[in-house]
Amino acid sequence: MSEAIGWWGVPLAVFGGAVRVSTPFLFVSLGECITERSGRINLGLEGTLVMGAMSGYAVSYTTGSPWLGVIAAGAVGVLMGLAHGLICSLDRVNDIAVGIALMLFGIGLAFYLGKPFIQPAAPQLPSIDFGWWSDIPQVRAALKINALFLVGVALAPFLLWTFKNTRWGLILRTVGENAEAARALGYAIIPTRVIATCVGGFLGGIGGSFLSLYYPGSWNERLSSGQGITAVALVIFARWNPMLCFYASLLFGGAGALGPSLQSVGVTQGYYLFNAAPYVLTLLIMILTCSPKRTLIGAPGELSITR
Amino acid sequence: MSGAAASGGLELEVTGASKRFGTNQALDDVSIKVRKGSVHALLGENGAGKSTLVKCVMGFYQADSGRVAIDGTEVEIVNPRDAHALGLGMVYQHFTLVPNMTVAENLVLARAHLPAVVDWRKETAELGRFLETMPFKVPLDATVAHLAAGEKQKCEILKQLYLRRRLLILDEPTSVLTPGEADEVLGMLRGLAQSGALTILMITHKFREVLAFTDEVTVLRRGKLAGSGEPRKLGADAMARMMIGSQTIPPPAARSGKSGDIRLEIDGIEALNDVGEPAVKGLTLTVRGGEIVGIAGVSGNGQRQLVEVLAGQRDHTAGQIVVHGDVFGATRTEMRRHHMAALPEEPLRSAAVGKMSVEDNMALRVFDQPPFASWGWWLHRAPVRRAAEKLIDRYRVRTNGPGAAIATLSGGNVQRAVLARELGSDVDVLIAANPCFGLDFAAVADIRGQIMQTRNRGAAVLLVSEDLDEILELADRIVVMSGGKIVYETPASGADLTAIGKHMAGH
Repeated sequence: MSEAIGWWGVPLAVFGGAVRVSTPFLFVSLGECITERSGRINLGLEGTLVMGAMSGYAVSYTTGSPWLGVIAAGAVGVLMGLAHGLICSLDRVNDIAVGIALMLFGIGLAFYLGKPFIQPAAPQLPSIDFGWWSDIPQVRAALKINALFLVGVALAPFLLWTFKNTRWGLILRTVGENAEAARALGYAIIPTRVIATCVGGFLGGIGGSFLSLYYPGSWNERLSSGQGITAVALVIFARWNPMLCFYASLLFGGAGALGPSLQSVGVTQGYYLFNAAPYVLTLLIMILTCSPKRTLIGAPGELSITR
Repeated sequence: MSGAAASGGLELEVTGASKRFGTNQALDDVSIKVRKGSVHALLGENGAGKSTLVKCVMGFYQADSGRVAIDGTEVEIVNPRDAHALGLGMVYQHFTLVPNMTVAENLVLARAHLPAVVDWRKETAELGRFLETMPFKVPLDATVAHLAAGEKQKCEILKQLYLRRRLLILDEPTSVLTPGEADEVLGMLRGLAQSGALTILMITHKFREVLAFTDEVTVLRRGKLAGSGEPRKLGADAMARMMIGSQTIPPPAARSGKSGDIRLEIDGIEALNDVGEPAVKGLTLTVRGGEIVGIAGVSGNGQRQLVEVLAGQRDHTAGQIVVHGDVFGATRTEMRRHHMAALPEEPLRSAAVGKMSVEDNMALRVFDQPPFASWGWWLHRAPVRRAAEKLIDRYRVRTNGPGAAIATLSGGNVQRAVLARELGSDVDVLIAANPCFGLDFAAVADIRGQIMQTRNRGAAVLLVSEDLDEILELADRIVVMSGGKIVYETPASGADLTAIGKHMAGH
């Protein structure tokens, strides 16, 4: 049957893969987008992602409800975000350094606490079958879309709207663009940033739960392979715009699905090379979009590495 | 909000305000009374305590002692929100608009009660109606980053009026405006005050504005009250004496010698700004030896980028720079060969390494040359220190010795240290940008004198300044830069101030 559509399987599988693989990118990048719009960088989201994956899996296994797992992962993310937010609010603390520390801390803690959950199988998140009309199994596979992805799809335009049209969005942008102006207007800077980092952590944790509860769908120590960090870079590529974060996540997801889908039609040469596609893409995009002579358009004014 | 709901100017009275930062007594028993509906000037040198005083009033700082009364009632202002609720507003020297947001967003953002969800259609309509009642306009949907400095300042003032402030504090409101724009804005504010709608307290150091637009003046010196009165009765001389006390200010340096051969040729230079848009657009200019060419202009018209190109801090995209007849690429070797010197603006940021010592900063141009180094890499500390000690002495740099980090020096002394490095050896071409920005009278006179002496010794000097008075004092020839180009040129003697101002404003 798989020969029936031949090479058409590749774009179809890339599409299906893009939807599947992009979900954690989407959640982490939207979370990081919120945090960075407030003027702080949280590199700890990689650690948050892994902690979210572990705790989501553990709660799903012990309670039997994957959605409770997602909530638990988000809650753990809030705690990680809170830690980052509060530590960075101290004098002379650098957000990048704290982020790296929390990244290592999160990964280490997840490995330590997650040991008992490597073997057992936890209940997985459901998916919605949009391919019921088709007889071709590849089409049906590609159109099996996870519910969490749909939440992310709705979240991106909602965030864009929030940034522009709500009190909270305007304050968040002011704090991130010009803390001096925010102070002059009487808006509280540190609480805004702490809350933004917590919300970012919440989304990062949920992104992690997707890894262990849907795709790949199990908890092990090599689950993330740097997806959290890639998503942070993706925010820069997406110019701090939630909708662009969504498209960029799809692009990265598609690139990640290239290797497996080529393998499925029998192209096995250079499998590992194709698997490296997202990382090559990250490098290429950074080279093409960054310049020493220009500052990035859309970059929140308070983002800096020298604070 | 009950205070702001009423209308009309407020009376402000501060009695016995003191504030200490560490060992520095920034304010010492200062009292000031600003009458209802008046325009009151707060005059003083940098570091005299003007900003500290108004920031105590606005609730940014808590005064160590002293009382604030509004309309005769004593009030406690703990943070800016308290001040806003009482109807006090402040326009800062550095813009507090959010650059990547629109004018409308900035205005709505400033409101005390921002709705949870903003109905932009309703807000825009309301803002439009408000603007119709105002004496000047700004485009509501423009992004603030793209506005000219004058428009930004108008926007700041509009913001305060939109919030129905009844007492406005302005911190050097005209420092980034052309003389024409300054007169327009101050005239409008004075009109509002005279109509009784507003009381204005304005920090400034421009006597012309104090004399023309204010009703009363209070002068501070080193944190203490130095005097007050009606400016037109006092006169500029008396106010200047109150400001500087017993210090003696050297007279402007004399101009001597004639201009010689062409030293510096800027030929069709183009350069981009930090966001990749053209900032310098085909600028052509020559400077002769023994001549100061002054570039006047409102900031943000490409001056910064031009100076950066000349100092080797930015690449140009077209055109060429010729020094002494050779094409100049702003490399270290070329700068040394042509005896180029540069005094960029904000020297601590763009011409010095803050955490390095004064002596190392002074040696930055020559540290790998004999006698400071052998074979270009083996450095000798002793000659570096001796050279620095000599420069510190000659240029009167006040520092805790040559080993102190340069960032610990005051602004004027950082400027003098950089000046010493740049002018300490032979200079054929000098590029100076806003060399006296933010310095006190004595330092200003000193640095202008040094620049004039450099010219008198036969150097070609290109002086970029936002301070028109500085250009009029120093330059032999004045050009006006607007929109990245030279738009006007005139000899300094007999220069027409109105024509310069018009061209600065881009007319």
